[in-house]
Order: sequence, then C-alpha cells, then structure tokens
Amino acid sequence: MPDLGPLVLTLQLAAITTLVLLLLGTPLAWWLAFTRTRMKPAIEAVTALPLVLPPTVLGFYLLLALGPATPFGKFWLDLTGTSLTFSFAGLVVASVIYSLPFTVQPLQAAFEAMGRGPLEAAAMLRAGPLDRFATVAVPFAARGFLTATVLTFAHTIGEFGVVLMVGGNIPGQTRVISIAVYEHVETMNYGEAHVLSVLLLCASFLMLLVVYALNRGRRLHAT
Amino acid sequence: MPPSNTASLRLDIRICYPDFQLDVGQDVALDGVTALFGPSGAGKSTLLRIIAGLETHATGTVRFGSELWSDTAQRAFVPPHRRGISYLFQQSRLFPHLHVADNLRYAVRRAPRALPGPNLDEIVAALDLAPLLARRPAELSGGEAQRVALGRALLSRPRLLLLDEPVAALDVGRKREILPYVQRLLRQTGVPAIYVTHAIDEAALLADRMVVLDHGAITASGDIATVLERLDVQRLAGRFEAGVLIEAPIVAHDRRYHLTQLDLHGQPLTMPMVELPEGRRIRIRIRARDVALAIERPVGISVRNVLLTNILEIVEEPRTAFAEVLLDAGGTHLRARLTRLAVAELGLAPNRQVFALIKSVTFDRRSLLPALGAPSGDNR
Repeated sequence: MPDLGPLVLTLQLAAITTLVLLLLGTPLAWWLAFTRTRMKPAIEAVTALPLVLPPTVLGFYLLLALGPATPFGKFWLDLTGTSLTFSFAGLVVASVIYSLPFTVQPLQAAFEAMGRGPLEAAAMLRAGPLDRFATVAVPFAARGFLTATVLTFAHTIGEFGVVLMVGGNIPGQTRVISIAVYEHVETMNYGEAHVLSVLLLCASFLMLLVVYALNRGRRLHAT
Repeated sequence: MPPSNTASLRLDIRICYPDFQLDVGQDVALDGVTALFGPSGAGKSTLLRIIAGLETHATGTVRFGSELWSDTAQRAFVPPHRRGISYLFQQSRLFPHLHVADNLRYAVRRAPRALPGPNLDEIVAALDLAPLLARRPAELSGGEAQRVALGRALLSRPRLLLLDEPVAALDVGRKREILPYVQRLLRQTGVPAIYVTHAIDEAALLADRMVVLDHGAITASGDIATVLERLDVQRLAGRFEAGVLIEAPIVAHDRRYHLTQLDLHGQPLTMPMVELPEGRRIRIRIRARDVALAIERPVGISVRNVLLTNILEIVEEPRTAFAEVLLDAGGTHLRARLTRLAVAELGLAPNRQVFALIKSVTFDRRSLLPALGAPSGDNR
C-alpha cells in the first residue's frame, strides 16, 4: 500500500495557496489593470519574476527571508512558537509568492478586457464599488477567475525547487508529492514513484483540460 | 442665464494639457433639454464625464443645485454612483451577461423609491421593448440596444440625464428609428437632460436650450432658436447645414396643391403639406443656402415665398467667395448665404430693406416637432 500522505498534503497546500492568492491577487490584478501610475511596468515585472527565476534562486531568497533571523521570521516565531522555514506555513508563504503570476496575470487580462466601460455604466445606475465588482466585474471576468484558480492550483502542485529549499522533506509537514517522488527515485523505489507520478500526471492533465476547454477560442496569457 | 426659479448645474472647470484645454464657467438650467453642441474634439464628452464624476483630471467645481459635487480646492468629491445621474453612452454599454429584462431590472433595483419616475412596465411599453426582453444584448441591433439603454437609464430615476451622442454610432436609418423615442421620453419624463451632439438637426429636434463648446471654451449659450441664428455657431454647424430655426403657427392647408401655409409675423410662408391641425405651432429650419435676396420684389419667378426683411448684419468670409447675411423678418431672424460679389453689386448693407426668396421645397421636415407620441411621419 503506497503512502498517500504526500498526496493529501499537496492538495492541502494547493487549496490553501489558491485561496490566499485569490484573496491577495484579485486586488493586485485590479490595481494593475486600472492604475495609471508610471510605476506599473516595474510592478508588473516584479509580479512576473517567479515565472523566470529558477525555483532554487527563489527558494534560496525565501529561505533567507523567512528564517528566524529576519523581522518577519522572528515575528512568526514569536507568534506561533515555530519557525516558518521547514514548516507547512512556510510552504504556503513560499507557494503564494511562487504562484503569484498564475493568479494575477489571467485576472489582470480579464479586467483589462472588460475595461472601465461596464463599470462606468453600472456606476451611472447607482451601483457602488463593491456592487460593481460583484455584479459586473466578476461575471465579466468569470473565465479569468476560473483560469487563475486552476492554473494556480496546478502550478502549486507541480512545484519542487522552492519546496525543497524552503520546506525540506518532513513527512506530514513539507513532504509534498514532488518531493516524495524525488526521494522514491533516489532510493530506487520505482513502484511508489510510479503511483504518485501517474496520479499527479492525470490530475494535472485533467485540470489543464478544463482550463483549455473553457477558454476555447481564447488565448491563455499565463502558460 | 441662471434662472431664478429652477435649480441649475453650475460648472467652473478647467483642464490644461499641452494638447487639450478646457475652460468652462457655465450655469445649465435643470429644466428641459440642453444641447451641448460643438465640433468633434471640442471637449463635449469630457465635460459630460466631468459632470458625471467619471473624469477626475479637471480642476474647479461642479455644483448641482445646492449640492457640491466636486471641488478640487476643498478636495470634495461625490462619487459618480451617488450623484443620481444617468448616462447614455455612445455605445449602449448594456451588460452582456444579462438579458434585456435583467439589464432593466439592474436599474430598477438600485433606483430610489422615494423619487418619482416611470416603472418597468411603463418603460417597456413606451419604448416598445416587450419583444426584446428575453434577448441578450449581443442579439440586438445598434438601435435596439440604444433603446434598451435609454430605458435602463430612465428606470434608474435620475435627477439628471446625460446623453453623450447616443445616436452618433448608428446609421441614418437607425437614427430616425430612435430619435423619436428619445424626444418623446425626454418630454414625458421631464428629467432634465444634457444632450451632447455635433449634429445640428438633433439639437434642433430635441433641445430647448443650447450651449456651444468650441476648442474647450463656451462660445454661445441660450435659447436654441437664438443660438442657432448666431454666425459663429453657423460656422461650427458647417456651411452646408447652416440655417435658422423658426417657430410659426399653421394658418391653412391647401389640399389641392398639397401645401401648408404658416404665418410669420403677418407674412405668409408656404411649405409642403404637414398633417397637423391649424393653429398648431411647428418648428422649421431654413438653411442659409436656400435663401436668396432681391432688392426689389421679384416677379415671374417660381419661388413662392418672398418675405420683406431688414438686413441686420453681413459677415464676409475672407479668402472665400461667400458672405452670410443675417435678416430680420418682423422679429424672426433668417440667414442667407450669398457671394461677396452679390453683396457688393447689390449694395447690401445693414438696415437696408430686402426681399428674402425662400425656396419652399427645401423646408427641413426632419425638424418638425411632432405631437407627443406621434413621431414625425416623414420617412423619406
């Protein structure tokens, strides 16, 4: 019987990361879509950095940034009694940063495609900002939200380098599926590696299939 | 022109960009329809967006009656959705994810019940929207979409309706289809409206007053007939379309020759027959290019309308062959477009009496003001 702990942990990590990113990424994408500041290209570039940086580079800096020696790491340690590095919470923080562009870019593209026009029309019918967001922007950007959700989820499942750097390999804490597969292969345990790999392969394929099926005729901005 | 008895919209606005300037200090009476007229790029839409609070790059103040809507000096700003405005955009901006009925309900749900205004059924009936209710906006023609958008705007029970060239994107046929609705609804609901346009006949058809904006500054404002007479406004309207708007009562019909006779301060004026009762006042437009002048009463000519007039003003257009003559016909003004050579050879000058020859066939029937509920039957 193969150990499915890494699978459960991976799904937990992906679900929490996706939730956090939708909460943080939506306002950021909104701001990027509608801002007129000259800072916009710089902030877009920073947002896209996780797309191009090798995961080890990102993981290295995150390891330093989340360590107990930094103000943030110390704050977390004082608050919870555990270190952010080599913990599940640390993995969530790292995943949020690592998967950020996969949330922000589809949403930003969807908001930009909508433009100000429908929002202005709603404002002229006495709809306030939150009302406009819920009744106009969300339906307009529905496919953008779906794309962002699926891509973020799938990308978090697939991460390896960042997890290895920040989380290590602690069963039940940081031993996600990609780490487990790596370890199985290293220890010549190909059977278990197969089980997890095939599961991941099928799940990833299904998720992407959903995205592409829903975006038929539309180009994806963040693949 | 701030009227003392009605509230007004008081604008004091400046924008200063290298490529665009706007400097407007103007009171707009909140009563009836005010046309905001001017050539493309004059700043009309920008001004309308500032009034709505959609454009925030201007300095100055916007006051609606006793309410201060924006004042950059005091950092006061009432957000657009709290101004009680409806806005009809050039494109309908219906919500594509909602059916027509839900687009209308979107406005109904957010409209204050305390304010008077038409309900959903009344709007559907008045705009003939019943066959469209179950459709998606993507399945509507441009004219139908604008009709729905007009209904949606009115269902929001606005205190002020802003119309930003709502028919400019439509072809001529669609324009004729929707303008009678706009005209009727504006009059029936009595919502004060500002109607932006660069088409003089739309302004003449719909508006009571007119404000002329040119290069970011207001060059004329007042009663529509008065403003339309002005020479500088004529220039903006384009020479081909320049003319005057006249209101006159119908005195008789000649059914044999299919003519209608109007009374212009004691002088008769005939035009192709209009099926409206005698005594009814109608608006007509006479284009300057359709008026010729004679210094003696002409005989033996085909033109039936010959009016005795006084020359008020002559404006020669430098470096062209043309001159514009402003005439007074017993209190009503006319415009004539002549060559400068004709002005010189006939010795025309202000205060001189001349005969204005108006070709009766060229009355602009589109500018007829039909009765409520009866869009002009003229569909040439």
